[in-house]
Amino acid sequence: MSVQSPISSVNDFVVRFANVNGSGSASANELFARSILRHGVPVSPRNIFPSNIQGLPTWYEVRVTEDGHLGARGGVDLMVAMNPQTWDKDVASIEPGGYLFYDSTKPMPTSKFRADITVIGVPLTAITNSTYTDPRQRQLFKNIIYLGALCALLDMDPKLVEQLIGEQYKGKEKLLSSNVHALHLGRDWALQNLKCPIGLHVKKSDKVGDRIFMEGNSAAALGAVYGGATVCAWYPITPSSSVAEAFTSHCKKLRHDPETGKARYAIVQGEDELASIGIVIGASWNGARAFTATSGPGISLMTEFIGLSYFAEIPAVIMNIQRAGPSTGMPTRTQQCDIIACAYASHGDTKHVLLFPEDPAEAFEFAAQSFDLADRLQTMIFLMLDLDIGMNHRLCRPLKWDDARQYDRGKVMTAQMLDEPGRDFGRYLDVDGDGIPYRTYPGTHPTKGSFFTRGTSRDRYARYSEEGAIYADNMQRLVRKFETAQDMVPRPLQANAAKPTKYGVIYFGSTAPAMDEAIGLLEARGHQLDRMRIRAFPFHSSVASFIADHDFVYVVEQNRDGQLRQLIVNENGIDPVRLVPILHYDGTPITARFIANAIGDHQDHLKVTPLRKAVS
Amino acid sequence: MTYIAKPKFHHPGLPKNELGYTHRDYEGKISTLCAGCGHDSITASIIEACYELSIEPHRVAKISGIGCSSKTPDYFLGNSHGFNSVHGRMPSVLTGANLANRDLIYLGVSGDGDSASIGFGQFAHSIRRGVNMTYIVENNGVYGLTKGQFSATADRGSKSKKGVMNTDNAIDLVAIALQLGASYVARSFSGDKTQLVPLIAAAIRHKGAAFIDVVSPCIAFNNHAGSTKSFDYVREHNDAVNRLDVLTGRDPITVDYAPGTVQMVEQHDGTRLALRKIDADYDANDRLAAMTFLQKHAAKGQVVTGLLYVDPDAEDLHAHLDTVETPLNSLEAKDLCPGSVALEKINASLR
Repeated sequence: MSVQSPISSVNDFVVRFANVNGSGSASANELFARSILRHGVPVSPRNIFPSNIQGLPTWYEVRVTEDGHLGARGGVDLMVAMNPQTWDKDVASIEPGGYLFYDSTKPMPTSKFRADITVIGVPLTAITNSTYTDPRQRQLFKNIIYLGALCALLDMDPKLVEQLIGEQYKGKEKLLSSNVHALHLGRDWALQNLKCPIGLHVKKSDKVGDRIFMEGNSAAALGAVYGGATVCAWYPITPSSSVAEAFTSHCKKLRHDPETGKARYAIVQGEDELASIGIVIGASWNGARAFTATSGPGISLMTEFIGLSYFAEIPAVIMNIQRAGPSTGMPTRTQQCDIIACAYASHGDTKHVLLFPEDPAEAFEFAAQSFDLADRLQTMIFLMLDLDIGMNHRLCRPLKWDDARQYDRGKVMTAQMLDEPGRDFGRYLDVDGDGIPYRTYPGTHPTKGSFFTRGTSRDRYARYSEEGAIYADNMQRLVRKFETAQDMVPRPLQANAAKPTKYGVIYFGSTAPAMDEAIGLLEARGHQLDRMRIRAFPFHSSVASFIADHDFVYVVEQNRDGQLRQLIVNENGIDPVRLVPILHYDGTPITARFIANAIGDHQDHLKVTPLRKAVS
Repeated sequence: MTYIAKPKFHHPGLPKNELGYTHRDYEGKISTLCAGCGHDSITASIIEACYELSIEPHRVAKISGIGCSSKTPDYFLGNSHGFNSVHGRMPSVLTGANLANRDLIYLGVSGDGDSASIGFGQFAHSIRRGVNMTYIVENNGVYGLTKGQFSATADRGSKSKKGVMNTDNAIDLVAIALQLGASYVARSFSGDKTQLVPLIAAAIRHKGAAFIDVVSPCIAFNNHAGSTKSFDYVREHNDAVNRLDVLTGRDPITVDYAPGTVQMVEQHDGTRLALRKIDADYDANDRLAAMTFLQKHAAKGQVVTGLLYVDPDAEDLHAHLDTVETPLNSLEAKDLCPGSVALEKINASLR
């Protein structure tokens, strides 16, 4: 076996913390990630956690990336192995030449280590036990002590970590000083006993800029606040619960009447997903902006109401934070697996608008926009996030709001309009040719504009009818409305390769950062790709022309069945052969390495070496 | 038939209420239910109650689920918005509507299949949240639209039209509503309009979750001998505990009540409820006693009717959520959007 030299890298490596769920490690690990950001170096952290409250293994991965690659990279350069349960697997996952950091209080047999990695032992338990007597304190400060040791090993500026601790415990002096003390305890021990720094360094840089560090769920919830949502009904389900929780905390800060202190919002935890979407639909029917947040199983439960929203034309917003399905699937793992389920949710002929944000900044924008779209189109809008965007802190551009922006409440007929001479109100009357009729809010006018909302077939004046022609007329108008939606939803974004190419790639949502990075890796292998990021369904006409402009197009997505590809084939009448599926669906976030390998291998096969050249 | 336009002709001599509306202003389309259906009597009672209370007809939102009973909102208050939603889901739709605009009157109409079977959960949770509503179940013990299957309120031992004996225990929605904290609970019989109209009127004026179970025989599938939801059976076993007179603020008490025979209850909005006692010991302010009374009488095969419980000081969901007085649906961007300055601060806190 050749001697493996230790990995040497500045501002470009992956640290993974292996912890036990419920041990208080999360805040220390997040502190580590934020500290690196304060060095001006971008990071991309990810929680890899079990469906469990306490006791099972959990990991926190921090990709330190001066170049700003925010997708998961794959592989681990420094493993902070704090969980004996997963030791063997954790040690095995370290890249050759990588580093293993562990609690050396208890001696370990040499068979538990690897020869090709650098092992760093810090007697964490011994240090904590000699300093603290309270068992809870021992547990919590042990985390801060390893953070201190890492500070020395990675050559991080302790002042920046202290500053963050200071912000976190502002006004709680006792907690602040004891945390800072623990930090130095670990750092000093490492400086005195270990060779610091190791081959991995953090060096101050200026690559973070004005970007913010935020979770997608919190951003989407804030988008709902800015978009004017007043009613939120929800049922707890991972990974969506933090949307409603964040909406609650944003509203507490931003949505109380300054004079009376009363709430300008109503949040109800429903008894199930059916009640949640029912409340949303009732509120929207009555003219409020309302939403729910859920995940796959919740979507399945809501489908009857989703069909009602489509057919009776009631605005509503569902934020679907996707997780790995089917059934209960892997509740704490990420996928983009509800594309078909949402696009065609409910029995009968239905089609729904889907929005695919790539990061928290877009989650904020699209969430706010979804309420305008719902009101304008009088239908269900799905905001399609996933666990990877929703539950991880992501570095993204700052959130922006134009104060001149007004809410688009869509076609709502007021009492004054109803009284205009010659005004004909038919709830399902297409007066403008865009398939969108006018509606009235309940209680508008004493004698005009009332109608009976129903999920049964009805004529243009909302009168019950089972007449075939009347039914078909209505169904055709709904198609027309969906066509109108095409030009209202966010358009795809296109970026051409450095050199002209016959090949393209389509991707969406949380795949974006990995895809951006993969383009560079592919270029290095000599493959050029034009790319298009789809941001909404129904698809804009540019999607079909992008496909037409290339010999074939890769469709990269995080599900088994190539759901977006199916939707493109189905909705645009594309020959399936022209769309090559690149599928990642093991529940981990897709990586640039995976995409580059899959596309690269496919491209390599296309380069047929002439026979004569091959034999010579 | 609903496609037949109902004549708009008004008799010039029709009496008008305080707002100048006649009975006709509270009517809806022509019913498509079977001739003699109990539900149509309930429809008539709702019209009567709204007329007597001088409610502006368009300020009511009528919400229902699916089934015969849930069709009825089309047959009353034609100037109100109605919502025939999803089977068993009226309570959630009504809850959402109520959250959006606290200023309207919410009338939830449901059936026993809708509320005791598929929507049992939603029934329970809307009651326990204290949604300000009048929740009426038109209870006939069968599924009418699907031709006579037992519902969950059918009594054990009751016989179907086909002669099948029901072996499952019945759900008594009144007992459940009491247990879950409904602040106004009544039971009536579609065949007793004089009892039903004031019960509906007082429920509309009640602030909080008002629940009325109206036994409403199904003329087509559950009005035979051996059924415990037939006209004859309910008439024979009806055990009314009280009679209600609803007195709005301005009215003096014109009825002379003998001392000790009446219980007066004043609701939030000043409406006074005069409960003429039929059962001298029955106290409509005592939830626990009401539950015991119901159980004892049910065991004897009696159908207890009347205003069974009222808490005049109840709070509703809006009070629990401490929402603003302005309906949420009329708040504008200036009230709802925190703006760019606040957003900059949020950005700064995320670096």
